[in-house]
Amino acid sequence: MPQVTLTVNGTKHTVEVEARTLLVELLREKLRLTGTHVGCDTSQCGACVVHMGGDSIKACTILAVQCEGADVTTIEGLAKADGTLHPMQEAFREYHALQCGFCTPGMVMSAIDLVNKHPGGLSEQEIREGLEGNLCRCTGYHNIVKAIAAAADVMQGRRSELARAAE
Amino acid sequence: MDGIATKSVGAALRHDSALKHTTGEARYADDIPEALGTLHAALVLSAVPHGTLTALRNEAARAMPGVVAIIAAADVPGENDIGPATQKEKLFADPVVEFAGMPLAMVVAATRDQALRAAQAVQAEIAALEPVLTIERALELGQDVVPPQVIRRCDAAAAIAAAPRRLSAEFRAGGQEHFYLEGQVALATPGEGGDMAVVSSTQHPSEVQHIVARVLGCGYNQVTATCRRMGGGFGGKESNASWVAAAAAIGARVTGKPVKLRLPRRADMIATGKRHPFLYRWTAGFDDTGRIMGLEALLAADGGWSLDMSGGVVFRAVTHAVNCCDVPALAITARAVKTNTVSNTAFRGFGGPQGALLMEDVVHRVAAALGRTPEEVRARNFLGVGGNSDELPYGQRVEGDLIARVWAEAKADSEWDRRRAEIAAFNASHPTLRRGLGSMVLCFGISFGIRHLNQAGALVHVYSDGSIRLNHGGTEMGQGLFVKVAQIVAEAFGVDLDRVAITATSTAEVPNTAPTAASTGSDLNGWAAHNAAVAIRGRMAEVAAAKWGIAPEAVVFADNRAWAERAGANRWLDFGELAKLCFIERVSLSATGFYRTPDIHWDPKAMKGNPFFYFSYGAAVAEVVVDTLTGEHRCLRADLLQDCGRSLNPAVDLGQIEGAFVQGMGWLTCEELWWDAQGRLRTVGPSTYKIPGSRDVPPVFRTRLLESAPARVDTIFRSKAVGEPPLLLATSVWNALKDAIGTPALDLPATPERVLMALRNKG
Repeated sequence: MPQVTLTVNGTKHTVEVEARTLLVELLREKLRLTGTHVGCDTSQCGACVVHMGGDSIKACTILAVQCEGADVTTIEGLAKADGTLHPMQEAFREYHALQCGFCTPGMVMSAIDLVNKHPGGLSEQEIREGLEGNLCRCTGYHNIVKAIAAAADVMQGRRSELARAAE
Repeated sequence: MDGIATKSVGAALRHDSALKHTTGEARYADDIPEALGTLHAALVLSAVPHGTLTALRNEAARAMPGVVAIIAAADVPGENDIGPATQKEKLFADPVVEFAGMPLAMVVAATRDQALRAAQAVQAEIAALEPVLTIERALELGQDVVPPQVIRRCDAAAAIAAAPRRLSAEFRAGGQEHFYLEGQVALATPGEGGDMAVVSSTQHPSEVQHIVARVLGCGYNQVTATCRRMGGGFGGKESNASWVAAAAAIGARVTGKPVKLRLPRRADMIATGKRHPFLYRWTAGFDDTGRIMGLEALLAADGGWSLDMSGGVVFRAVTHAVNCCDVPALAITARAVKTNTVSNTAFRGFGGPQGALLMEDVVHRVAAALGRTPEEVRARNFLGVGGNSDELPYGQRVEGDLIARVWAEAKADSEWDRRRAEIAAFNASHPTLRRGLGSMVLCFGISFGIRHLNQAGALVHVYSDGSIRLNHGGTEMGQGLFVKVAQIVAEAFGVDLDRVAITATSTAEVPNTAPTAASTGSDLNGWAAHNAAVAIRGRMAEVAAAKWGIAPEAVVFADNRAWAERAGANRWLDFGELAKLCFIERVSLSATGFYRTPDIHWDPKAMKGNPFFYFSYGAAVAEVVVDTLTGEHRCLRADLLQDCGRSLNPAVDLGQIEGAFVQGMGWLTCEELWWDAQGRLRTVGPSTYKIPGSRDVPPVFRTRLLESAPARVDTIFRSKAVGEPPLLLATSVWNALKDAIGTPALDLPATPERVLMALRNKG
């Protein structure tokens, strides 16, 4: 059986996988990182989005063996060791940007990459367009867009909606 | 209870699992660590819609790696029957195949991948029979899955004949795939002496328990069904979760090992039930003011191959067919017919949204015939307004003042008059784009149509450190039920919400429960949990009262303390200290709570009664722009107003309203289920079945709750249900499309193709 060595959330793993094993199967079944979900099986819903080398990627659309040497971050790797949440996690929690929560990890991972790729900030319209690859069946996206806009402000050091809400 | 100051109840608190969802810690059924030796199952589904199963060729599959068992009808230990209402619905075809997608067999293997591969290698020999694939054909054949339900008032035919004007029409609405992001999944683990523990993504753990017991041939007391949360339900995990769990349990019984069955998305879409498509035919008589004087209508639902819950769906359709309008004379017939397609099931609204489409179609076509606006015609017929009766045709009365109020406020919120003029100017100046404005007013009955489902139980423990454990029969599918019920319990004890531990729904903790459905989750379970908490609080008050030498009624619970006489008094005990004292004094700190909805009754012979505890009201205005060359459209703005009574949690309720609107918009516009001529569903994933995405939501999206409108009946803290009613608000998008293209004749879903057809038919 092929072996793959990759770093996940800062820890190096060497894992035996079948040639057809998907990254999402490696994460969920071998490493027991079940925060990354499988929604549609066909790389459309975005529930399985993780970061590879800082870019968002649908973990059901890449083979585990393609991840040799890769640096992968999953939803479990976002918060700091002391439990401090990433601003995007904080914003999703604060803005009621989730209901059943099944899409949430993928949404959060996609949203972070989206914000990072727009260092000058992004409009609501750009957020809506950037989220096209992530489906949510519960919320109607309204609060998700609001949460991402607020987190973008924090991540990019602008006026902090979150801080204001906390006051 | 209204007027009492509350701390937890009514606060816009975040979802109880919000942190766990954002960190990935929340566990769904498929995330639970698997026990050693857990096997995985995959279904073999029929490729033909109707026939007789003559043989299953398993040899090749059996020889494949990892395969442990191949299970078919003959291997079911108990009854091969998963019917939720009547016991006539086969899990595995035996021998009649009733739809393309019907399970024929199930492979159990060491890994899911092995099971899926082996399932593809099982070959079925099926002697084909003629399928019935359309509502029209099933109506001709008279193959109803349930007797027609007819609501009559006065002589409709005579009223129509006597009316100054008459109109007839036919239209249709499509079904809808639930597309819960988490597909159907169950894990069955065999225990000692024939026990079976089932973790299921289900809205109805009690039914999972009952149907697992039925297929295993054991008592209910040998089966425990649990569910901590679902990744979405929307009605799709009411009866359909039960058969998935039953299949897993059969696998576990046959192999003696834990068996997990998680349907791939494609199988989930093919093999599980959907929203009922409807065909409508109606004739109305009316006068020149738009007052509808008589109405005859047929609402025909495609039940699919079996009954499932179609009886309840057509009941809700027929009781909601006049929606917010008074029709003095009518005869409305609702039928559910059998076709060789997947058995249609509960979906948010449960026939209510389909029922309400009838009156909207009537209103819009009557308005077009008279050259009046639909809003004018609808308001002319409002129940309980302007001299119209406030009594529905089956005898229950509604609050006409709230109907008038929600419409007046939504119209004002939307800046209706100003935008009407702007849109007219835009349409006059643009060669191909057409903007349109549409509205909706809803009146939705709350309670299960089946009287005995209107009950709930709860189990509350206070531990001797003052921490509280809450369990009830309701299930969490993202709708925020668990946090709402926890708020109610925290309120009852006068403690902070974080003192209340929320736990998984389990048939072992609260038995004989109703499904979490019909929007009744917080109404029923909220009261049950409140009753349990109040029982314990009463005992705690007696202990404190004895210590202080006062009457138990004089003990006040607030701010995490019990106080003598009043909050802030000199004598008090921490809640935890009092709990400890109760333990020392040998006083029980555990209680069950029970609730049944009062004052509901229904006479099915007369089709009269008060089936609903109360009604929920709402109104919406939507604006669309249509490209008349392609038929595509965008929703530009929506203004929603929903009556939630005295909201238990406005953040949760607003989220429900927004989500319901978008889901309803999907049903009415972009979500199209498409079967080929062989009766096979061809929209089997998100690439071919389009649910609304982030760009489909109106960029201007304003939602608010009706203010200062506590429920007028004794609901828990005077709140109102929220799950289903706002889905009907999306009807405003259908109405806006009709306005934009200048014709009321628009079938659903209003895909670009249907919009173009409507434009062509208009001429």
